[in-house]
Amino acid sequence: MNRHLLSGADLSHADALLVLDTAEELAQLADRPIKKLPTLRGRTVVNLFFEDSTRTRISFEAAAKRLSADVINFSAKGSSVSKGESLKDTALTLEAMGADAVVVRHHASGAPHRLAHSGWIRGSVVNAGDGTHEHPTQALLDAFTMRRRLNGDRPLGTDLTGRRVTIVGDVLHSRVARSNVLLLHTLGAEVTLVAPPTLLPVGIDAWPCTTSYDLDGELAKSDVVMMLRVQRERMTTEGGGFFPSAREYSRRYGLDRRRVAVLPDHAIVMHPGPMNRGMEIAAEVADSARSTIVEQVTNGVSVRMAVLYLLLSGSTEITEVTA
Amino acid sequence: MRTTPTTTGRYVVTGARVLGREPTDLLLEDGVVAEVGPGLARGRAEVVDADGLVALPGLVDLHTHLREPGREDAETVETGTAAAALGGFTAVHAMANTDPVADTAGVVEQVWRLGREAGHCDVHPVGAVTVGLTGERLAELGAMAESAARVRVFSDDGACVSDAVLMRRALEYVKAFGGVVAQHAQEPRLTQGAQMNEGELSGVLGLAGWPAVAEEAIIARDVLLTAHVGSRLHVCHVSSAGSVEILRWAKSKGWNVTAEVTPHHLLLTDALATSYDPLFKVNPPLRTGEDVLALREALADGTIDAVATDHAPHSHEDKDCEWAAAAMGMLGLETALSVVQEAMVETGLLDWAGVADRMSSRPARIGLLDGHGHALEAGAPANLVLLDPAARRTIDPFALASRSRNTPYAGRELPGAVVATFLRGVPTVLDGKLQ
Amino acid sequence: MTPTPDLTARATGPVPVGSVPGHRAGSSSRAGQPGGPATVGRPVLEAPDIGRALTRIAHEILERNKGAGDLCLLGIPSRGVPLAYRLGALIAQVEGSTVPVGALDVTMYRDDLRLRPARALEHTELPPEGVDGRTVVLVDDVLFSGRTIRAALDALGDLGRPRSVQLAVLVDRGHRELPIRADYVGKNLPTSMTERVHVLLEERDGRDAVTVEKTTAATPAAAARTGADDE
Repeated sequence: MNRHLLSGADLSHADALLVLDTAEELAQLADRPIKKLPTLRGRTVVNLFFEDSTRTRISFEAAAKRLSADVINFSAKGSSVSKGESLKDTALTLEAMGADAVVVRHHASGAPHRLAHSGWIRGSVVNAGDGTHEHPTQALLDAFTMRRRLNGDRPLGTDLTGRRVTIVGDVLHSRVARSNVLLLHTLGAEVTLVAPPTLLPVGIDAWPCTTSYDLDGELAKSDVVMMLRVQRERMTTEGGGFFPSAREYSRRYGLDRRRVAVLPDHAIVMHPGPMNRGMEIAAEVADSARSTIVEQVTNGVSVRMAVLYLLLSGSTEITEVTA
Repeated sequence: MRTTPTTTGRYVVTGARVLGREPTDLLLEDGVVAEVGPGLARGRAEVVDADGLVALPGLVDLHTHLREPGREDAETVETGTAAAALGGFTAVHAMANTDPVADTAGVVEQVWRLGREAGHCDVHPVGAVTVGLTGERLAELGAMAESAARVRVFSDDGACVSDAVLMRRALEYVKAFGGVVAQHAQEPRLTQGAQMNEGELSGVLGLAGWPAVAEEAIIARDVLLTAHVGSRLHVCHVSSAGSVEILRWAKSKGWNVTAEVTPHHLLLTDALATSYDPLFKVNPPLRTGEDVLALREALADGTIDAVATDHAPHSHEDKDCEWAAAAMGMLGLETALSVVQEAMVETGLLDWAGVADRMSSRPARIGLLDGHGHALEAGAPANLVLLDPAARRTIDPFALASRSRNTPYAGRELPGAVVATFLRGVPTVLDGKLQ
Repeated sequence: MTPTPDLTARATGPVPVGSVPGHRAGSSSRAGQPGGPATVGRPVLEAPDIGRALTRIAHEILERNKGAGDLCLLGIPSRGVPLAYRLGALIAQVEGSTVPVGALDVTMYRDDLRLRPARALEHTELPPEGVDGRTVVLVDDVLFSGRTIRAALDALGDLGRPRSVQLAVLVDRGHRELPIRADYVGKNLPTSMTERVHVLLEERDGRDAVTVEKTTAATPAAAARTGADDE
């Protein structure tokens, strides 16, 4: 494993399986009387959130605390950051506090990359979502969830070879889509991105996936359908005018009962949250047995524990892991 | 290189290869090139040994940001023109996006006067096209033209004159005093929040794209407007292969259109953005390798008339941050000639005569500068640069004369070094050092 | 759903026939681990010796605890696990009833996590009967510094509250760094610090043997870093 986790592309096939298998073992902790391990005792994990995301922050916080790390939550809201303190000065402060890992959520694409490579801090950097770039732990928890649902109760050592994953929605602005395409490709899955042409980035032909404008054409062959959040503001002129109306979006790209009926029996429905019920996903679909939305949240903690354990334990000199 | 100290103010440059040709001597006296030929009598003149050096007419930059007034923390007229002299320039055009904006006779005269006081090179202020660069109404172009600064180049650089009617009016209006509108071609709606070239990498990096079409659409409109009103247009920092095609077409029609390209667009590509290091954030953005090759080709065949640095100093704080928060722009004056040598001369696309044409003669003509861009012949103003094409140097941001450090070439080895620069017979740089 | 195992992903060796339940073949990934039947170093125990030692330990466990009533055997991965299952089978033969057997991974409780590359976790599997109120016998292949057992005691404490905890090891090679001793020892094997003990087991390695190899590593920690004993 690299010292940092910034992108879905940072993980080799072996690294990704190591994280998923480790998370699988750590998931057992939930059934134990004491849901805590002493592994990261005396180490400090800083949650550095320049953007509101309670879900992701508490997931990382729970993960770090279950490994006995000291957790410092640093939210940009109401702090010196909102008073104009730079990313650099914030980083220097964290360094002075002895952060072993910095979990960073930032509105600017590449901010975690800057944090990791500018020499401002020595600790490991975990990207918890940067701008419209990446969100690698979300991709890991998605892959973990797919593996559990599709590969059986003991999916250890298995990848997603041959699985067909259809990701639907605002790919252009989605960090979840980028990380998932990269990681799922590494794990052998075949990914198809489905969106109106306005919401697919220029240059997507070079991504390791296929694209389609037609959701209905993809459903029957999908093992997984992942719906991305689509912000209603995107249809306004100020928001870019990417599609004409919520109604039209929902009709062409929303997952409703009619479309779910076309899916194979074993297929699952995922959503990284937060959902726009009635927009990209119908309420009855979100709450159905196919939906993994609640599991994804639970799995997020196990996966983030695995990431923190693998990044923080181990010597700094010896980073090579054979698996 | 050694000089023999005397007190006459006359210089004999010995053994210089003018435009890279056979070595010859030049006598500089009373601000002009008095004599050219081998074995000139040295008399009481100071001798500048230019054995192995190439002599070019002093370089002229059509596009420099000196930042004064307003951002003296990033650059001043003093430091910026020092950097220019060290880069071999004898004249620079100071862009109007200062604070206050150079949109009145008062501001352009102030900048012009600061340039005279500094004395490192001539400073020709560029006047804003619109008041405050806001693109709403014309600034007093006539007053700036008639001022002591004698402004002939007008530009809202940093912002595009995107309103078609306003652009038409500007093109028409400057005809009265032979001016030229230098357009920063960037369709604003297509580039809202843009961070880097729109292409494969912008999608992967999650950075908002700056599509080449946003530049090309404006250039296409402007060349048509220029033809329609019979005026003169100069296109700033052309960055894409598509823009080159439009310019080639406009020139084939005989329209009065000129264009410039920056050194960085001749050498660097958008792949550098993968580092998320804002040193590589610039406007227009670095583009693809194909664009770079098309720009070199266009500069070689004259479709693009000039190299202009778009020297854009920024304070450390404005660059030492996340990409989206960083300012756009990079330093250029002190590395321009080296970059052109690497991109154009060492690739065989231009010889030294071609470099002189694209970096001195043509930009001087575009800016209507009588005293610059002349061939190094008897009677010409003694503006020249001596460079050592065999030298190689590694760029150290902290060794630059500019007040800022935002060079994209830090740590990179570039060919060529400026050894001496003369402004009207007076050395501004000797032995590579500012005089 | 049929799982689609990726056979190339963890191909560190063939899956041994009769692999114990709950134990992943080839899941351990430490460099230098004996992964095949090749003998490294001087043999000190052969298959029949190991069989006799385990049989004796099984009897000692029954004798000490006056039967198998509250017993629970927990193997410490990787090679403690097959040993625990063998002891469980031997005890069942004698007693005529089954004994709960499980696996206890101690990785997350180790005190050297910062010194070594991050490791894949092994599987922890408690028998359905749990450990509360039972006599837990921890089973490992080699007892060396005692640090693994220290970690195992901590791990066990987080899983429940056994009535008592005992320790069975196939080999005690000495050089303890903590006040820990084994209740049942297959063989006391005096070694020098520069030696490395290899335990091969049919279930993982295709054959049973214990060998001692000369190395240049001088401390248990150094030996561990180079990938030595299952300590």
